[in-house]
Amino acid sequence: MTCNTYIYGTVRVMALLTLAIWLCGSRSALAQQSGGAPAGKADNGKQLFNDIGCWQCHGYEGQGGAGPKIGPDPISYPSFKAYIRHPRGQMPPYTEKVVTDQQLADIHAFLQTIPASPDADSIPLLKDDD
Amino acid sequence: MGKTKETAKESTAERRDFIKLAAGGAAAMVAGARVLSAQNPAPAQMAMANAPAPPAADVSDEYDGMITERPGSDFMVDVLKSLDFEFIASNPGSSFRSLQESLINYGKNTSPEWLTCMHEESSVAMAHAYYKIEGKPMAVAAHGTVGLQHAAMAIYNAYCDRVPVYLVLGNTFDATQRRPGAEWVHSVQDAAAMVRDYVKWDDMPISLGHFAESAVRAYKIAMTPPMEPVIIVADSDLQEVPVDPASRLRIPKLTIPRPPAGDSGAVEEIARMLVDAENPLILTGLLGRTQNSIELVTELAEALQCNTRGQAMPSRHPLNGGNARNADVILALELTNLWGAVNSMIDQLERTERSNLRPGARIITIASTDLYTKSNYQDFQRFQEVELAIAADAEATLPALIEAVKRLITADRRTFFADRGRKLAAAHQAADERARQEAARQWDLSPISPVRINYELWEIIKDKDWSLVNGGRGANNWDFTKFYQRIGGSGGAGVGYGAPASVGAALANKKHGRLSVSIQNDGDLMYAPGVLWTAAHHRIPLLSVMNNNRAYHQEVMHLQRMSCRHNRDLTTAEIGNVITDPNMDYAKLAQSMGWYAEGPITDPKEVGPALRRSIAVVEKGEPALLDTVMQPR
Repeated sequence: MTCNTYIYGTVRVMALLTLAIWLCGSRSALAQQSGGAPAGKADNGKQLFNDIGCWQCHGYEGQGGAGPKIGPDPISYPSFKAYIRHPRGQMPPYTEKVVTDQQLADIHAFLQTIPASPDADSIPLLKDDD
Repeated sequence: MGKTKETAKESTAERRDFIKLAAGGAAAMVAGARVLSAQNPAPAQMAMANAPAPPAADVSDEYDGMITERPGSDFMVDVLKSLDFEFIASNPGSSFRSLQESLINYGKNTSPEWLTCMHEESSVAMAHAYYKIEGKPMAVAAHGTVGLQHAAMAIYNAYCDRVPVYLVLGNTFDATQRRPGAEWVHSVQDAAAMVRDYVKWDDMPISLGHFAESAVRAYKIAMTPPMEPVIIVADSDLQEVPVDPASRLRIPKLTIPRPPAGDSGAVEEIARMLVDAENPLILTGLLGRTQNSIELVTELAEALQCNTRGQAMPSRHPLNGGNARNADVILALELTNLWGAVNSMIDQLERTERSNLRPGARIITIASTDLYTKSNYQDFQRFQEVELAIAADAEATLPALIEAVKRLITADRRTFFADRGRKLAAAHQAADERARQEAARQWDLSPISPVRINYELWEIIKDKDWSLVNGGRGANNWDFTKFYQRIGGSGGAGVGYGAPASVGAALANKKHGRLSVSIQNDGDLMYAPGVLWTAAHHRIPLLSVMNNNRAYHQEVMHLQRMSCRHNRDLTTAEIGNVITDPNMDYAKLAQSMGWYAEGPITDPKEVGPALRRSIAVVEKGEPALLDTVMQPR
């Protein structure tokens, strides 16, 4: 096996594993949702968002920065949790040991409280003159 | 050391005679000099040859062995003037004291003018960015030991960024001439050894004639693509000992080589691949440092109606953009990280990587970096397989490539290209609209969003002749069309570049009357904040808007990643990485060094008015700093 073959083979296997893990996570999360996601507390979630440091990549209001935008109007809690536990991109995995399900629910509740964006045309400097 | 130095120091008596001869024979000693530069004629270059001989009474027997009016450093000044340096940046040091005095008194402190710097890293970074605006090197003087040690990271940045910086290092090679103490610890056998891995060439001349030849050679090497820093060691005895009137000193003519263009057959092959491609993509790396290169890249993109990205492509051009995933042919011009442009690596415990290329995609490169690579420092990035590589200067190759492309475009292809261009323009417009709505989302955030700063600044500068000299990541709403409006980053990602680079670039912009704008990271400024004083002292107009996010945020994210990976506490990631408790007051820091400054500003509504006040100061010729407390990234 050449080095390249080995690397690409490994990449393929890992990609499939990641997909499988993600799908399992999604199913598990969905099951949890159907059984009832933990009730989140937005105030606590805001504090956690700061303490854990979500804002480092996603901005203080979830608007994005080094990482993608995650608020307002976040993805559903099951998808949110599934991704955090088993991320597919550059984000590291956050296990239940470092962020509990309840804490994730609180953070998700906080993201839901972030107000919707104003329309760009309502801001004079952003007004589209074309 | 060589014979010349020995001759100049044989005995005290000989030395006295030598000085007398030097005093009387000043005009003759460079009689044979030919100090002409075809590219850069320097008006003061023959100063020494033309200077009237001093009256013999100036050096009476009373001062035998104590005075010389023609030190070797005067001739070194002639050499530097012949190379048409506008400035020499330096933190003063005894190993080049004679050269400094000669530059100021003999050289009249013009061409080059001495810039007082507070740190050698600042000197080099100033020279680095100055080149990217002015297109010619700035000289830097430093101790061959401690000064070079300070300068090392900035030299590495310039090396990675393919920028010529011209360093003159003081050193005392002859052990018998060193004063006890500091001069010994400031002396070195091989000064340039420490940075030889990341300079293109260096020499330690042992005579003034040798200095002249090597100084001109160094300039020529530095300015030949790929351009890089160079070093000339100016031995302190060579500087201080009188010029030997018997020597036939001359300064060689400088001829800068024309950069190599790609082979015509290969150029034709590339043109064919681009014209036949369904969706070609042009990536530009270190191209875009001349207006000509921007115009050529734009012409090629428009001829093909294809996506083009990078510094050489006007930012709001409808064809600006594109993604490697969609391209069937990729033309990479002077790209320093091709692998990273077409592959991804996931930063997990077990690294995974994937190609972002679509199956069958073909890559073509034109790069001068293929002509020169060193082994120790890994700035050459990961190896990427390509279909066709031309080791040549991309800017020199583009005219022939454009001509070949235009010649090969048939009527059918022209129709196809026009349709492609319309689709790409629509995609560009859609991306602009998404960015505008995203800006709205971030408009009233506090800490302030970088997007808010970008729009507020743009509103004020858009009708001025402006130059973004540092930072400004994400200023996608700005209309970059000129080479001096966007000069890129440090090259080596060595933090501490931004502040001195902005001052060096602003100095180059000064005589052109341009408004220089820097988005200044807080951590970067604190490496060597003394450069603020240099800007004030030399009346360098510069607007510095602080990206004050009170942390080394990239490092915080790395710590978070490690905590996640180690399955441990995440709340400790700020330890060692944040710049709080106490918060720095950058306005007071700047004010203490003679700047106009305001802040810290946390209310985004205050940004616009504060920017207008600061820019009014800058337009009067002074530096101004606005401390804005910002979102993390």
